[in-house]
This record gives sequence, C-alpha cells and structure tokens, in this order.
Amino acid sequence: MRLANLIQLDMPLNTATSPHAKAPITVSTVMLQVALALIPGLIAYVWFFGWGVVINIFIAVVTALIAEGVMLRIRRQPVGMYLADLSAVVTALLLALALPPTLPWEITVTGTLFAIVIAKQLYGGLGYNPFNPAMVGYVVLLISFPREMTVWVPVVSMSEYPLNFLEYASMIFTGKLPAGISIDAITEATPLDSLRIHLGLGSSVADIRATFGIDEETSRLLSVVPIFGMFGGKGWEWVNAGFLIGGLWLIYKRIISWHIPVAVLGALMAISLVFYLFEPARYASPMFHLFSGAAMLGAFFIATDPVTAAASPSGRLLYGAGIGILLYVIRTWGGYPDAVAFAVLMMNMVVPLIDDHFKPRVFGH
Amino acid sequence: MSQVSYTALTREGLWTNNPALVQVLGLCPLMAVTNTAVSGLGLGLATATVIMLTNGIISAIRSHTRPEIRVPAFMMVIACVVTGIELAMNAWLHELYQVLGIFIALISTNCTVLARGEAFASKNKVLPSMYDGFIMGMGLTLVLITLGSMRELLGTGTLFANANLLFGEAGRALTIKVIDDYRGFLVAILPPGGFLGLGLLIALKNVINTRRQRKAQAVKTPSPAAVPELTPA
Repeated sequence: MRLANLIQLDMPLNTATSPHAKAPITVSTVMLQVALALIPGLIAYVWFFGWGVVINIFIAVVTALIAEGVMLRIRRQPVGMYLADLSAVVTALLLALALPPTLPWEITVTGTLFAIVIAKQLYGGLGYNPFNPAMVGYVVLLISFPREMTVWVPVVSMSEYPLNFLEYASMIFTGKLPAGISIDAITEATPLDSLRIHLGLGSSVADIRATFGIDEETSRLLSVVPIFGMFGGKGWEWVNAGFLIGGLWLIYKRIISWHIPVAVLGALMAISLVFYLFEPARYASPMFHLFSGAAMLGAFFIATDPVTAAASPSGRLLYGAGIGILLYVIRTWGGYPDAVAFAVLMMNMVVPLIDDHFKPRVFGH
Repeated sequence: MSQVSYTALTREGLWTNNPALVQVLGLCPLMAVTNTAVSGLGLGLATATVIMLTNGIISAIRSHTRPEIRVPAFMMVIACVVTGIELAMNAWLHELYQVLGIFIALISTNCTVLARGEAFASKNKVLPSMYDGFIMGMGLTLVLITLGSMRELLGTGTLFANANLLFGEAGRALTIKVIDDYRGFLVAILPPGGFLGLGLLIALKNVINTRRQRKAQAVKTPSPAAVPELTPA
C-alpha cells in the first residue's frame, strides 16, 4: 500500500553501498502504460457502441484533473507533481468506461467528483484510499441514478438508429434526442440485464438463445435484443477481448502481476462452470460470463489497482478469487446490471484482513 | 461540583461535548431520520424534551436511588418519559409521528439520554441537570437539522419540505424549492448519505478546532491571558 508512495515521492532511502541498478519506473510511467493498455478495448467499444464513451472519457478526465488540482491546493500538497502522476486520469478513464454511453454530462461529473474528492483525496490522496475511487464513483451513481445508469445503447450494427458523434454530444450535453427519434429506438438493455430479466420470467437459457439468436437479420426482424454473440455477450465479447489483450500486455510488461486477473477469471469460470453443468437451462455458460459486461476490464484493470488490492501473492489470489465469486453471485442472484464495482469494493473492505493474515514471516523468530 | 457554570454547560452541549459530533452517541436515529430537515428537527426536539425531563427527574430522585440499581431505575424513568412524549406526539403531531415511526419509541434506547442521566444528572441539582439536558438536546438537534438540510438539499433539491407536519398548515409556506427541475441525488437520502454526511460534519468540526487551536497558539506568545483555558471536569 505504501509502495506507490515510496516510488512516487522518490524518498532518499538509506541503503547499503555497492552499485544499485534503478528501474526507470515511476507512478506516471505505470499509469501511462495502464492507460495505453486500455486502447484495444476502447477501440472495440467505440466500434460496437459508438462515440459516446469518448465524450464521457473527455468529461471525466477534465473533471478529475480539475478536482484533483483543487483538492491538492486545499490540502497544501504539490499540485504539479501529483497531477503529473496521471493516477487521476486512470481513475477517470476506468469510471468513464463503466458508464452508459448516453449518460448526461452532469452525472458523469458528479461521479468523477465523488471518486476524486471523497474516495481519494479526503482519505489522504494516492496510496491512502482504502476503496477503489473509480468504483466508488460508479456505485454512487448507480445507487443515485438507477434509471439513467441502466440505459444502454444497442450494438451499432443492430441499432435502428445508430448515433453519430454529434448526436451523442447533443444527447450528453443537452439531453436532446435527434429529431423524430424516440428514446426506445436508441436504447436497449445490456446482454447481462436481458438475460437476468428473461431468466427471471422463467425462460431457460436455451429458449433465450433460440429466440435471441446470433443471427442479426432475424433479431432485427423480430426487433428483439440480441443477447448472445459468438462466444459471449453480443458486442461485449469483442470489447472484453480488447481488454484481455491490453491486460495480457500489462502482465507481459510486468506492470501488474498475474495473480489477481488469473484468480478473478479463474474463480468466475469455476463457479459458473459448476452451476452451468448442474443446470444449463438456468445458468449461462462460463464463456458468457467471462466475455460479458466488465469482466475483463475488472479483472485486469480495476481489481489490480495496487493501492486497494492485497499486497502479497497468496493474498492477491484470495482477493481475486473473492472478486470472481462475488461477481458471479451478484450477477446471477442480484438486481444490478453488472457486479464488478460491488465485488471489488466488498473485497477492498477485506484487504486489511487478508494482508494481516498473509504477512510475510519475520526471519529469526 | 458545587457551583455549575451555565456558560460552560452551554459550550459543552453545543460544541466541545456535542452528543452527535463528539460523543457520537445515538447514531441509529441520526442516520435513519435525517433525510429531511423537518424530520430531523422533529426528532431533535422530541429527544431534547426527553433528555431535559429525564435529567430533571433523575436529579430529583438521585438521593433516593441506591447506586446498585441506579441504571434500571434511570431506564424506567426514561421509558416512562418517552412513552409520554410518544403519546403526546401521536395526539398533536400525528402526521409527523407517522413519519418518524419507530424512532420516537427508540429515543429510550438512545445512549445520549442515559449517558447524561448517569454522567450529569445523578450528581447535580435539578435545575442545572435540566439545563444540561436541554442544551445537550439542542446540540443534537442542531446536528440533526444540519445533516437533514444537507441531505434534503442534495437529495431532492428542496429545504423544509413537509414543514406542515411540524408547524401546521402555515408551515407549507416554509418549503423552499432551491433547485428547480432537479434530477435528485438518491444516495444522499439513503442511509449511506447519513454516514457520509455525519463523517463530513465531524471532519468539519475538527478542521475548525484545529484552526482555532493554531490561532490560539499564535496569540499565546504575546499574551497568555488571551487564551481561555478549558479544562473539562
């Protein structure tokens, strides 16, 4: 937890003599690489859901930088140094990627402010926040604006009326829809949401798969929500694949360790496989769970936040597994569109216990 | 404790020993009821009345209460008074009574009430005890109103909505719609908003205290007499 701070402040640590090789690694290079690793997923996102997310990212990043700067000034901290570490930018990116693409701008601003001001700076800034700021912002918005936060756009190729950049901007900033278009024409529930609703109505997964098949033409004729894509949720499978690629690159660059993503995805796969084998009519397949919603984004980018995650390797495995299981439990039996935020926050709460349990033994005792 | 300073009592109740911000007692109603300013005010006044009356009674019977059974005796007094207040509110402020619901009866389990009886009233004369109860209740009420206003303003964009529950029909005019066409910020009204709001209020109080201390220390060097020495008994 304090590691981030040590690197950041470049503290003069009194170490032994000898030449020391210093890795050219700072918080800002780490954050920059995390931001770069988001690009493949972001491209897929824009491809399938349009430009709204880019506008959301812009709003969130600007708000985050201003809020961080003001809070640092109030707290009498070096503003330039902390702004340059880019951690606020990464928080804003992760939050904006989790938000619906048509969300009114003031809601995005509210969530970002909450994440930076309350969840991060009031706890003491980078390195001291017990909860993942982006997820705190997301949960506050989800609880406060349930209607706005659960509206999603359909996959561009399936939409009756795919919005272009300007139409997205006008929806986000003024709330105005393009002339002659009703809100129902441009919004739809997400695959996870529709699946939950239809299972709740008593249909089986096979029924749903038959009705909401992968054939785009049929779906459009019947005007139904396509839930399943080739291996995951429709459209979402490619977004998740993008984040998977970015995440693997982060592991390859040793920005994050493999423990947390592997534990999150492994636990999610294991528990969904058990239920899927037990009753395939009631429970979606492991592939669907791994490639829907924010599974990959959560596993590689959100759960791995070095400040709020567990510190030791075995602690990280436990922490990640907890997130994976909670993710499945809340998705399957809960009432929310996705569960990454709640799962991560709940495990953040347990981190002090995990760290205490897996404390490295002191030699000589 | 022969002579009680009313100024010191006032300062304690409202600030230095505020039941909600410093003693952090009785949080259950504090969280549950303060989603509007009016219900905060209503519960605050009810609690203030209860503490004042129980402190008075406890002080009056203090020489007849054996120390071994004092807490059960105090609890009996508190339960009786709360029941009386509850019935009175049911009769005269029926709508507010329905809004506050179970939390009026729960005043009897509010630790502040027993704490003041035990810590102050059982050792002091009737009048100072009643004043202590009153001012502690006011300290609590102020926090309840502040928290209620904050949460109501953020959550729904209004202030003193449903004031008619407390002040009769004339109270309707008190309602202020601060922000027109407000989307609402649900988390402020829900229980998390209570915790966040109280946390922020406590933080604010600490900031003010630190500022004051720093200022007092800066003044201390030229004239030590300028610093009021506060030593709580």
